[in-house]
Amino acid sequence: MNEITQPILRAQAPPVSWFQFATAHRASLASLVVLVFPLVMPFTALAVNILIYGLFALGFNLVYGYLGLLSFGHAALFGTGAYFCGIAIAHFGLPWFAAIALGVLGGLLMAALIGVLAIRTRGIYFAMVTMALSQCVYYLFYQAVDWTGGENGLRGINVRVIDIFGLKLDFIHPLTRYYVIAAFVIAAFFVLSRILASPFGAVIEAVRENETRAKASGYDVTLTRWMTFVLSGGFCGLAGALQALHLSIVPIEILHYDTSGVVVMVALLGGMGTFFGPMVGAAAFLLLENLVSLWTVHWQLIVGAVFMVCVLFFPAGIWGTIISRGKP
Amino acid sequence: MAGLSLDLIALQLFAGLALGAIYVLFAIGLSLIFGMLTVVNFAHGAFYMVGAYVGVYILMLGGNFWICLVAVPLAVGLFGLLVERFLIRPLYGRGIDYPLLLTFGLSYVMVELVRIAFGKTGYPFDTPEILQGAVNIGVGYFPLYRLFVIGATAAVLLALWLFLEKTSFGLIIRAGARDPQIVRVLGVDVARVWLIVFGIGTAIAGFAGLLAAPLQGVIPEMGGTILAEAFVVTVVGGMGSIGGAVLAGLLVGVVVSMTSLFAPEMAKVSIFALMAVVLIVRPQGFFGRAGLMS
Repeated sequence: MNEITQPILRAQAPPVSWFQFATAHRASLASLVVLVFPLVMPFTALAVNILIYGLFALGFNLVYGYLGLLSFGHAALFGTGAYFCGIAIAHFGLPWFAAIALGVLGGLLMAALIGVLAIRTRGIYFAMVTMALSQCVYYLFYQAVDWTGGENGLRGINVRVIDIFGLKLDFIHPLTRYYVIAAFVIAAFFVLSRILASPFGAVIEAVRENETRAKASGYDVTLTRWMTFVLSGGFCGLAGALQALHLSIVPIEILHYDTSGVVVMVALLGGMGTFFGPMVGAAAFLLLENLVSLWTVHWQLIVGAVFMVCVLFFPAGIWGTIISRGKP
Repeated sequence: MAGLSLDLIALQLFAGLALGAIYVLFAIGLSLIFGMLTVVNFAHGAFYMVGAYVGVYILMLGGNFWICLVAVPLAVGLFGLLVERFLIRPLYGRGIDYPLLLTFGLSYVMVELVRIAFGKTGYPFDTPEILQGAVNIGVGYFPLYRLFVIGATAAVLLALWLFLEKTSFGLIIRAGARDPQIVRVLGVDVARVWLIVFGIGTAIAGFAGLLAAPLQGVIPEMGGTILAEAFVVTVVGGMGSIGGAVLAGLLVGVVVSMTSLFAPEMAKVSIFALMAVVLIVRPQGFFGRAGLMS
């Protein structure tokens, strides 16, 4: 009976490692990196591309990394966001903020539609069905020439000045453009971090880890999958809308299956299922692409080969490998 | 629509069967590989494209179409063997997504290598002289070459069926598709079976590419489009089912050809609509085992 008489030790909080600290403040830290990024990146135009593709991959990673479903149709979500935003400006002359909101809405709607069909399948079939459906979206937009410009792409998305309650920002200036787009990306960081930290976020990962157990615990697996896919569509729609503003044209290739492939590569290069991996992957992919295309037009050869090496030898990706070292 | 006679519809139906024959060949290779190795070969379109280019190369060297018919599947199948042995084999047991991602990267590399070797612009591919012209098939004149495509597909299917059903190696393949573990326990080298199945599947893809060349021309990107359409075929027919691939391939071909007669602008979209209907009504496809899809 000795142990009872001993005074109860106060539970001492274990020392917070840098890893736990970084995980708790992932959105703030990621935002900080995005804010200082142009200082180390000499080409602001490339930095803008990295931001947009990073955001696109962030949305994709929600489905692939966190939910565990490999989608080969995310071009449809990205492209619909871009077209909705572009059509709002080019055809209806809506202000930029309304156009971006419509872009997000477009991504959400398209994801809801594709999701309803694709969620009926799983695993490997999910990749095939999403790819086929996104190809269908490609043909539909291709043929709606009056709205989308068809083969020539949608032109006339001219946003020169970003007007925020009287504050006029020059959208032509590269650095201003970067920070306007960064503001949306940072907002997306916080929203995504909040989703992942919520009980719903825990369910998403539970479905990935053990579907049967999640079902037995009373969670609606199908609904969780569908909702995650739709949320992912929102992020990708936002990325697409920003891409339309950035390029001031929406080429039809944005909906092509190559775009879906690029985002898969970006997410895997960076590290799937990690918060900051998609951004790292976008930077690595676009820097590699730019570097290689300096000395050969056949950059796809190098990119494809690097991707294969990555699948064979570094499946955790760049960021995934880094943080697996830091994990306690 | 007054000008549409029954004969025209019948002719269009035949054209659809010829188009469907290409889908069938493409999809059975995909299905065979998936059924055995549970690998979705995203480079299947690239093998198809390489088949057409090997044909172009043989014709450049002075060969004829009949040499191509034999040499193309051999060359592409050999290449497929190398790919399985050195690239896909290290990934077995590492999750079902990895071979898919690897073959996706491989398709980039293959397409770009062909662009380097043959240029970005395509090649025309003449129909062999003896197969030019049209024959009367009762309802009207039909291009002889398309009849040949249907016949060649039927021959490949028959050979494949005999191989799978009547030979002892085919028996091992069928058993391996059911339960690779038991087959391994019985002392069969399953890795070797997988290797050969991958070789056969890619050889058929190359053969399909060669058959399609005179119909569509040869460009480095020709594999990308058919890959998405073949996924529709496999989803509609039921993944891993060869009978399903045959039926769905012909059906998709006929649907494309019929919609291009009645509503040309909807031809490309129609097959995806077909897939959507199948997914809603029967998610496992015509011949898929229930539960395999979910």
